[in-house]
Amino acid sequence: MKFYDVVIVGGGLAGLRAAIAAHDAGLKVGLISKIHPVRSHSGAAQGGINAALGNHPNGQDDSPERHAYDTVKGSDFLADQDAVEIMTGMAPGIIYEMEHWGCPFDRYENGKIAQRPFGGGGFPRTCYGADRTGLYLLHTCYEQVVKRGIEVIYELFVTKLAVNGNRCTGVVGMNLHTGEFETVGGKAVVFATGGSGRIYSHNTTNAHASTGLGVAIPYWAGVPLKDMEFIQFHPTGLDGSSILMTEGCRGEGGYLLNNAGERFMKNYVSEKIMELAPRDIVSRCIQTEINEGRGFEGRYVHLDLRHLGAQKIMERLPGIREICLKFKNIDPIKEPIPIQPAMHYTMGGIDCNGDGVTPLDGLYAAGECACVSVHGANRLGGNSLLETIVFGARVGQAVANNIKGDSGGADENSLNKALKEEQDRFKMLRSSDGKENPYDIKNELSRIMFDKVGIFRNETDMARAVTEIKILRERYKKIRAIPDTGKFNYDFLWVTEIAGNLDTALAIAVGALNRTESRGAHYRMDYPKRLDEQWMKHSMFSFAPDGPAISYKNVTVTKFQPEERKY
Amino acid sequence: MPIFKVLKYNPKDGGEPYFREFEVPTHKGMTVLEGLYHILEQQDPTLAFRSSCRQGVCGSCAMHINGMYRLACETQIAAMGEHITVRPLAHMTVIRDLVVDMEPFFRQYEAIKPYLIPAQQPGEKEYLQSPQERARLTHHVDCILCAACYGSCPVVATDEKYLGPHALLKALRFVEDSRDGATNERLAYVASDVGVFRCHTIFNCQQVCPKDLDPTGAIGKLKMKAFWAKLKGKLPKAG
Repeated sequence: MKFYDVVIVGGGLAGLRAAIAAHDAGLKVGLISKIHPVRSHSGAAQGGINAALGNHPNGQDDSPERHAYDTVKGSDFLADQDAVEIMTGMAPGIIYEMEHWGCPFDRYENGKIAQRPFGGGGFPRTCYGADRTGLYLLHTCYEQVVKRGIEVIYELFVTKLAVNGNRCTGVVGMNLHTGEFETVGGKAVVFATGGSGRIYSHNTTNAHASTGLGVAIPYWAGVPLKDMEFIQFHPTGLDGSSILMTEGCRGEGGYLLNNAGERFMKNYVSEKIMELAPRDIVSRCIQTEINEGRGFEGRYVHLDLRHLGAQKIMERLPGIREICLKFKNIDPIKEPIPIQPAMHYTMGGIDCNGDGVTPLDGLYAAGECACVSVHGANRLGGNSLLETIVFGARVGQAVANNIKGDSGGADENSLNKALKEEQDRFKMLRSSDGKENPYDIKNELSRIMFDKVGIFRNETDMARAVTEIKILRERYKKIRAIPDTGKFNYDFLWVTEIAGNLDTALAIAVGALNRTESRGAHYRMDYPKRLDEQWMKHSMFSFAPDGPAISYKNVTVTKFQPEERKY
Repeated sequence: MPIFKVLKYNPKDGGEPYFREFEVPTHKGMTVLEGLYHILEQQDPTLAFRSSCRQGVCGSCAMHINGMYRLACETQIAAMGEHITVRPLAHMTVIRDLVVDMEPFFRQYEAIKPYLIPAQQPGEKEYLQSPQERARLTHHVDCILCAACYGSCPVVATDEKYLGPHALLKALRFVEDSRDGATNERLAYVASDVGVFRCHTIFNCQQVCPKDLDPTGAIGKLKMKAFWAKLKGKLPKAG
């Protein structure tokens, strides 16, 4: 039986950084991922990572406190301000550390790390490497894991927590290489499994791997989720495929144009901000233009980079150009890019504090699957990479502090019990006499979520969505049998992911229906105002078979009193 | 409707690999990866293939498509014509269908010490690096480790000890980094009997790289650097 001091589930930036911190604190680390770590979706992040370095000529007055203020304002005052201050305070240090590990950031003439403006940031504080910042950070972090010889078990697909009383004792999953279920025990378990974008599979920037099962697994085990109704729609997904067109496009000076060639953002926000308003606002503006007939083909508007010139585009945005050429057969040097908002990020997730501690003893969370909360109702661009590294490092250290002196071994009873349950579930899926195609259910779920729990929301649609998701959950019980392929049983993997999609989606929809106000990315046509007295609260979701039980929790305010959010 | 001809193999069935054909309905802009997902979801739930980002950056879905090593996610069906033959990457053990054993590939990557070995202790802030110094890393740092180059390399096919184009490109990335202090150690290793001088300069890796990187050129540069360093007596003697 495999047993580690700490089992880390997920090999993206948060998981890798947690592994490094735990290893450096002397722990025996096992890092598990359903895909090889370098395949993780952190690598698809493009535009950059925020830190108040003050390297940009216009950023010399920047500070962690200004960064914190922008983050809190961007969150529409739902973020916990103590956590935000931790993050922005640690930001410069963790950027320097990534640089010391070899991350190839772009540079200024004076040799310092280059920074660009991003949406909702009062100063240019987004550090970048061209438009491949996530790729560079991910590979740099993985290189440090290789250097340390940390044990990485890739293509082990975790499906369940092992729990004894109120203590998490490890995980169970299918090793895709053997087709067998395995237990992996640990004194602590860290979930760093990423986002849930594939719930909106027809209209998301996210990878196929970003299913949110890592949110569903703790949820099923009784761990509360937080703020699930807050779903970020990125303003600029490439028309058709929804592939991300980085906010860096606008940070470098790109325009958003409607079908009259007008920079329509001037009709919504101040001339000083324009295209660099926060994402929730820009997405609503774009969708309004499209809905009111000022888009193209009823579907998209233009992201125009042409005035930046070939040299700047080739140097700063080469990945964007490559994607446009390969996926849309257009060259942004010569043509505007057709874009539409696309689901991008889950602000909510597993309830935890600034050390990743969840209500279940021994279970920790970090990165997009977690909700600390530093993003509140709307995350600023450049803060997600930051969150993964800051809280990854903190969780690794926190685990080391918390298990000090724990000389216990694997809790074989609870691990074997969870193993048996998963083996039984597999047998049941194998022998089903149902007829439903699970992928039809996934595809229908995605349409329901985008149409009814999307950018603009209202009671009627969301109530319908809740009913329809519940029907899909019933249909899921009658899916066709999965094949027994032995090794690499991807049908089993995806069918399991869909179970997670359904319950996570239900939490999102019910949470959105309950919250009768508009805040950040949660915008209700029937309740267009933010209502602090009633709703400056985190939504808490506890799993129940019929749908989530919801309660509310106060937001932590330190320095920044709520104010009207104007840009 | 294009016909996908996909290599199927499951050792569990005791059989040999074979091609199975699927008719795949398409839409504008549809990629080969989307075609494979259509097959998995609607026609053959046993089909095994790796994928994740579907935007050409995670490196999961390199495979052999119509005679060329490519990323399935970046390959437009319309550009492939009516017949699309999909096979796994070569020179790696096929585990099932399009899934190959990546272990040798990653072991060789690890062998070149793919991490910065700093020339000097860091200070409180960043190491200073000029834009010109940073430019020497451009392209080399864009490798996504997809193994298209590895699958295409005839030297990899015949010499299991050869480090391979991916690992050598990564080695150059650190040799070129102004912050790295292990140049001679790195050059000595890539000049050993598993390294650059095994390369026959066949250019396959350069031709297939989906990111338009140039492992062939990187190997050439490493050869030159290793050659001069050796002549000048800078390289440690092989042990």
